[in-house]
Amino acid sequence: MSISVLRAGLLTTVQDKGRFGYRKEGVIVGGAMDLFALRIANLLVGNEEGKAALEVTLMGPSILFETETLISICGGNLTPSVGGKELPLWRPVYIQAGQMLEFGACQSGARAYVAIAGGIEVPEVMQSRSTYLRAGLGGLEGRALKEGDKLYNGTLTERSAAYMEYMASNAGSQPFQAADWYVGDRQFPAYAKNPVIRVLRGREFEWFTEESQETFFTAPFRVTSQSDRMGYRLKGTKLDLKAEKEVVSEAVTFGTIQVPAEGDPIILMADCQTVGGYPKIAQVVSMDLPVLAQVKPGTTVQFKEVSLQEAEDLYIWKEMEFGKMAKGIELFLSNI
Amino acid sequence: MPDITMKEKWGYEVSPLGDTSVIVQFGTGINEVSHRNVLALTSYFEEHPFPGMIEIVPAFTTVTIFYDPMKLYDPFPVEERKRTSVGSPYDTVCSILERIVPKLDRTVRETERVIHIPVCYGGELGPDLDEVARSHHMTADEVIEIHSGQEYLVYMIGFAPGFPYLGGMSERIATPRRRSPRMAIPAGAVGIGGSQTGIYPISTPGGWQIIGRTPLRLFRPEHQTPSLLKAGDKVRFQPIGLDQYKEWNEDQL
Repeated sequence: MSISVLRAGLLTTVQDKGRFGYRKEGVIVGGAMDLFALRIANLLVGNEEGKAALEVTLMGPSILFETETLISICGGNLTPSVGGKELPLWRPVYIQAGQMLEFGACQSGARAYVAIAGGIEVPEVMQSRSTYLRAGLGGLEGRALKEGDKLYNGTLTERSAAYMEYMASNAGSQPFQAADWYVGDRQFPAYAKNPVIRVLRGREFEWFTEESQETFFTAPFRVTSQSDRMGYRLKGTKLDLKAEKEVVSEAVTFGTIQVPAEGDPIILMADCQTVGGYPKIAQVVSMDLPVLAQVKPGTTVQFKEVSLQEAEDLYIWKEMEFGKMAKGIELFLSNI
Repeated sequence: MPDITMKEKWGYEVSPLGDTSVIVQFGTGINEVSHRNVLALTSYFEEHPFPGMIEIVPAFTTVTIFYDPMKLYDPFPVEERKRTSVGSPYDTVCSILERIVPKLDRTVRETERVIHIPVCYGGELGPDLDEVARSHHMTADEVIEIHSGQEYLVYMIGFAPGFPYLGGMSERIATPRRRSPRMAIPAGAVGIGGSQTGIYPISTPGGWQIIGRTPLRLFRPEHQTPSLLKAGDKVRFQPIGLDQYKEWNEDQL
């Protein structure tokens, strides 16, 4: 199967779950900003959850499917359509050969994930297919997709192939056929336009003035336009240190909230550097990272403190729920 | 070492970096003792990763351990978890550390590597060399002599893939960063930023004073260990001429 890119969109990249094991060499993790949506999208087309898919940002691309394909779009609703008809999210969709996938207005969220049965087949670099833009590695030639690009998928699992055949037989002459079952929003992370994000206190939380500590958990912060896959720059009440103090550079990670001297916090995102030297006021709990990934510039976020125990319980419980959901999806795909 | 108490010798602090990693801190200052502890713990976990460990990141005074909480939590269902510390993935990692840290082998390794980095100083490849020399009332050759006349310690790799944080540059050639950063510094550029020196492994914007360039590739994504240097290595700069720079190939390392 192959797909052609007719229009690139704002920023469309190949992403998987990220590149692990190389942070000590300065290589970032990268990977999908919204890992929940990526994993579900893959499962819905019968892939393993970590296969490479397309991450589409705010303004989507136009993609031509040269052969019939089984896809799933999850995450933000950027109004995907095929043959002029809107495509439903969070379910498997069979697409006829020669059809074009387009995107319209960004109705909710900021990033959509397009998973394709078999996964997107690009060379693995350091054990991952994620695009590492700054180093020009991974994904398709280490860059965002552009007009004229061609992508291929990998070998379909038996489950994908069987489900695609089943959907094809139901599609008739329609441009696409969407499954009548889907992952419901009860299962979603707490996606919201202006979300409350749960955080743990950072290692340098106590370095901030009491006023700033309180402000951080009570005042809203605006996500500025200087926000990308590396980090979100926030604006709000300035956060001050009790005394000027330097952090000796150490590891940072997706969700670390650091505050440079000028007092505006930065939330580090999927493409963040491996080490940082600014005071860390907080760390976003893993389960709320997908929520942040779907936040648009111009909206606001608020932070709520949770304990490590709560964060760990949440993590374990959500992952168990995810496991059950994965089993459910498997059942729906095989039950044809 | 009679003056070093046990606390200073083994002293470390552990704190969570979120719900999937812990930071182990050895002392607060950038020095050889902290560094040796960092290296000892890093090499221990490189050789003996525990089940559920994803990766480790050594830095100046810390080692950060990333792990998969699902492989480290107590297998009893969450509902039945009592509000005690039992069962927490973080606590599991802490107890592994308690067992390991006091037994770490902190001796300096025989296998310590000294990597020679050939550098073509000045000219087009080192456009800021003259400026650095002028600001210290030296000749360009004197700056080269100081810069290449000593060994540097790789404290950690970060900022960019394969970028070494080097310790030990002489304060005599410490030079503030450029007032306006360059949009693109080429891969291989050797620079001075304040009292640090470093090598840019990939082309990136940057504000350091560029005094030369190495033909070596510091970041080689096709290698099993993509970074040429790693924490704990010693580095020596070796001046080469422009002709040597141009004719350099990887085999000469």
